[in-house]
Amino acid sequence: MADITTTAPRAVTNPRATLQDLLPKLVLAPSFAVILIFVYGFIIFTAFLSFSGSKLLPDFSTWVGFGNYVRLFNHPNWITALKNLAIFSVLYIVVCSFIGLALAIFLDQKIRGEGFLRPIYLYPMALSFIVTGVAWKWFLDPGIGLEHVMQSWGWESFSFRWIKEGQMAIYTIVIAAVWQSSGFVMAMFLAGLRGVDNEIIKAAQIDGASTLTIYRRIIIPLMRPVFLSAFVVLAHLAIKSYDLVVAMTDGGPGTATWTPALFMQKFTFGRNEMGMGAASAIIMMMMIFTIIVPYLYSELGGKKK
Amino acid sequence: MSAASQDVATRNSIFARAIIYVVLILFAIYYLLPLYVMVVNSLKPLDEIRQGNMLALPQQWTIAPWLSAWSTAQIGVQPVGLKPYFINSMLMVVPAVAISTMLGALNGYVLTKWRFKGDSIVFGMMLLACFIPFQIVLIPSARILGLTGLAGTITGLVLIHAIYGLGFTTLFFRNYYEAFPTELIRAAQIDGASFFQIFRRILLPSSGPIIVVTVIWQFTNIWNDFLFGSSFSGFNSIPLTVALNNLVNSSTGVKEYNVHFAGAILAALPTLIVYIVSGRYFVRGLMAGAVKG
Amino acid sequence: MRKFLMSTAAVAALFAAPMPMAHAEDSVEVLHWWTSGGEAAALDVLKKNLESQGVTWKDMPVAGGGGEAAMTALRARVTAGDPPTAVQALGFDITDWANQGVVGDLGEVADKEGWDKVVPAALQNFAKHDGKWIAAPVNVHSTNWVWISKKALDAAGGKAPETWDELVAVLDKMQANGITPLGHGGQAWQDATIFDAVVLSLGTDFYKSSMIDLDPAALGGDKMVEAFDRMAKLKSYVDKDFSGRDWNLASAMVIEGKAGMQMMGDWAKGEFLKAGQKPGTDFVCIRFPGTQGAVTFNSDMFMMFKVGDDKKKAQMQMAADIEDPAFQSSFNVVKGSVPARTDVPDTAFDDCGKKGIKDLAEASTGGKLFGSMAHGYAAPAAVKNALYDVVTRHFNGEIDSKAAAKALVEAVAAAKG
Repeated sequence: MADITTTAPRAVTNPRATLQDLLPKLVLAPSFAVILIFVYGFIIFTAFLSFSGSKLLPDFSTWVGFGNYVRLFNHPNWITALKNLAIFSVLYIVVCSFIGLALAIFLDQKIRGEGFLRPIYLYPMALSFIVTGVAWKWFLDPGIGLEHVMQSWGWESFSFRWIKEGQMAIYTIVIAAVWQSSGFVMAMFLAGLRGVDNEIIKAAQIDGASTLTIYRRIIIPLMRPVFLSAFVVLAHLAIKSYDLVVAMTDGGPGTATWTPALFMQKFTFGRNEMGMGAASAIIMMMMIFTIIVPYLYSELGGKKK
Repeated sequence: MSAASQDVATRNSIFARAIIYVVLILFAIYYLLPLYVMVVNSLKPLDEIRQGNMLALPQQWTIAPWLSAWSTAQIGVQPVGLKPYFINSMLMVVPAVAISTMLGALNGYVLTKWRFKGDSIVFGMMLLACFIPFQIVLIPSARILGLTGLAGTITGLVLIHAIYGLGFTTLFFRNYYEAFPTELIRAAQIDGASFFQIFRRILLPSSGPIIVVTVIWQFTNIWNDFLFGSSFSGFNSIPLTVALNNLVNSSTGVKEYNVHFAGAILAALPTLIVYIVSGRYFVRGLMAGAVKG
Repeated sequence: MRKFLMSTAAVAALFAAPMPMAHAEDSVEVLHWWTSGGEAAALDVLKKNLESQGVTWKDMPVAGGGGEAAMTALRARVTAGDPPTAVQALGFDITDWANQGVVGDLGEVADKEGWDKVVPAALQNFAKHDGKWIAAPVNVHSTNWVWISKKALDAAGGKAPETWDELVAVLDKMQANGITPLGHGGQAWQDATIFDAVVLSLGTDFYKSSMIDLDPAALGGDKMVEAFDRMAKLKSYVDKDFSGRDWNLASAMVIEGKAGMQMMGDWAKGEFLKAGQKPGTDFVCIRFPGTQGAVTFNSDMFMMFKVGDDKKKAQMQMAADIEDPAFQSSFNVVKGSVPARTDVPDTAFDDCGKKGIKDLAEASTGGKLFGSMAHGYAAPAAVKNALYDVVTRHFNGEIDSKAAAKALVEAVAAAKG
């Protein structure tokens, strides 16, 4: 793809042309400047905070070195949070991608009522978890929810009480999180499928390939960029997952469903341990960057001629 | 827009199609369940909810919870319902979405059609901004809003939302414009069209799908935000999510779940309408470029 | 036509409402989390009182997490240099903010109205900082209550338990009668609320040395192991679905006779009253067995921030109105708590309220009035939450009593550091 920048240099002597040269940068500059301050400036600020003994408000009069980080990694709740993040993010990303792709492929089979089904799959993304969390909590509650209903319908041995069990509760968070985002992933895959070149498929069909083979060998591999986009969106949602945990379990039973985002919020604002909250935020940022930067590098680096 | 892969579909057996329909319908039920729980319980009197069976249809139907959530429920000391807060949210969401979408479009235009040395780095840095946890920017943002005299105003909220939306809007437009033929731009340039003329006359008219995607994304995120809304609003600029949260989160009061569910659906109506009305364009917009990375 | 007139009137009212009625500068902005139902309605009384004196009330409600969301918003407001006039706050949060030097001084009105004499000393420890009044206490909740279904109690012998052993006997009988003996919601703060009462039942000295003084010997000693054993015993009486349940749903279990009793602060009474139940006939309120004569409290206060001179007058007016005995009475009748002033007549209160007022006065004069750990009146937020972690992990069976006592010492030491 030929870039404008590769065209012949314009006459620099013409003041109007100079303005035209500068204009694009001038247009971009304000956005970039606020991002520099409001994102990168604040990250540096948080990094400083994480080395300070700040409690209620930022306080740069006491320095504790890596003290906050040491305390962080000795705190049982943080260890629980990291374990949960690992379980949660792997399951969430894998299940969302799988369901999203499957639904997209199914919806792509000239389905009657697609226009009706699609918004049903998509709408959870539009809702805030402040109250849908309550609906999920009820639904999963064995006393009033699914288990109760199944038993009252005569299936006496039915048991589904994960949300009450420390070992299993994190999986119920996955169920609700998948509910919220898998429709969005479906939309991304559906868009990807609709963009596949017809000719390739026709050629394969002429060669006698079965439907399954066409999907496995040709179409799904073509979805690679969609997988990557979905991965980035889902990974950042997973690391930032806070609302739904608060609404569903608030970290319980016991401390079984703490996540890093919950930890950061609770320590910074609930426990007046701003220094430790900042340390957990920095660790979170580092985790996010290790995921995103390689992706960015491959995307942006790859496209440059 | 003939769906390419759909051509595969025609060869499916009836049996396979039946399975496909069953799966699709099962998933529709999964997605609808929480909404069903909310709707059904919002139409029951509180006593019936206390008795326990939350999946059952109401024995005694009532719309009182809806009326209460709309106009008489206690939100803070005033029994005004959610009604007055819609306008605050609108005043906040519309300009914030407009500004971030417009800037995102311009940024995308510059980053793809007026490339310069280091543009990838600039874009990469803007993209990383999408991933910052908002809790850490709270205190420093508050300081800046205070210094600029925007603390507690809708303008301040608009500014903050616009800034933290820039990463995503720039990403969407940049990926969309990336696929736009650069030759057209160059031809227009040779014809003497200016920077803004090219944008307005050539790029903007064909940006419909991506504008839909961006607006949906931004509208939903800003409408549903609670953290910024509760921290940066003043007594007369409280957005709807904060009001909804105030309705459902009483500390030591009686919890009227039916009113809570009714309120939640009311508060979600604008975003639901946006999704349902523009859902088809959403997929089209994603298709047109947003998913390409 | 009538419709048109009405809507015109409504529009007119809409525009008229924000117009300053009195002097533009006489207004208070109040950040609080009493945002719904009865408590918000109760606060409205204060708003009306102020408005009748020409002070406009600018409402800034932020609910969530028992005030956590409001405290988050408060940080943003203070950082922006734009603090509200008055902020609802609890215990050590007030002290923490006072240490930042951002709070106002209510000395003028407190001296005039003689608050020193009528507010219990235990509350003054928080409402005053360096000898200056900085907050106006609204109420006193006491947390060591047990709410028993009368029907379930009658079926279990009819005598309200007065000692731990009697309590266990009653719980056993309720279990034999086929109901859930203890209605409880498994949230950290609810677990900790019971823990407060259990520790207090092992002696007021023990409560003071462990919860208030945070003495490591008391926190990790044999008595603490016994306290955790008692928690484990109580755990055996809750139903299997207790985890994550809201406290009011636990109350509902008692109201409907599905559960025998609930151990919860006095705000639970509102749930019983709202369901049409009468104290004495439908439900019984007793102090947690073994804590008679002692009270663990939690007091809602309005902390006053440093404001410009133009807003001082309204701020003082608000403080005076909060401590007005008539308001204290009417507010607390609705809220289920008891007045923060000890000289408010108890005539408007029901039996449980009267008992609460009497208990508070006795505990205060007898030196048995202690801040509740679970509600932020015994130790700062970091320590309180560290204790939550241990108590809730133990209650959910993740660790045994000995390990819990040991973990408590470590967690408290880490949080203090």
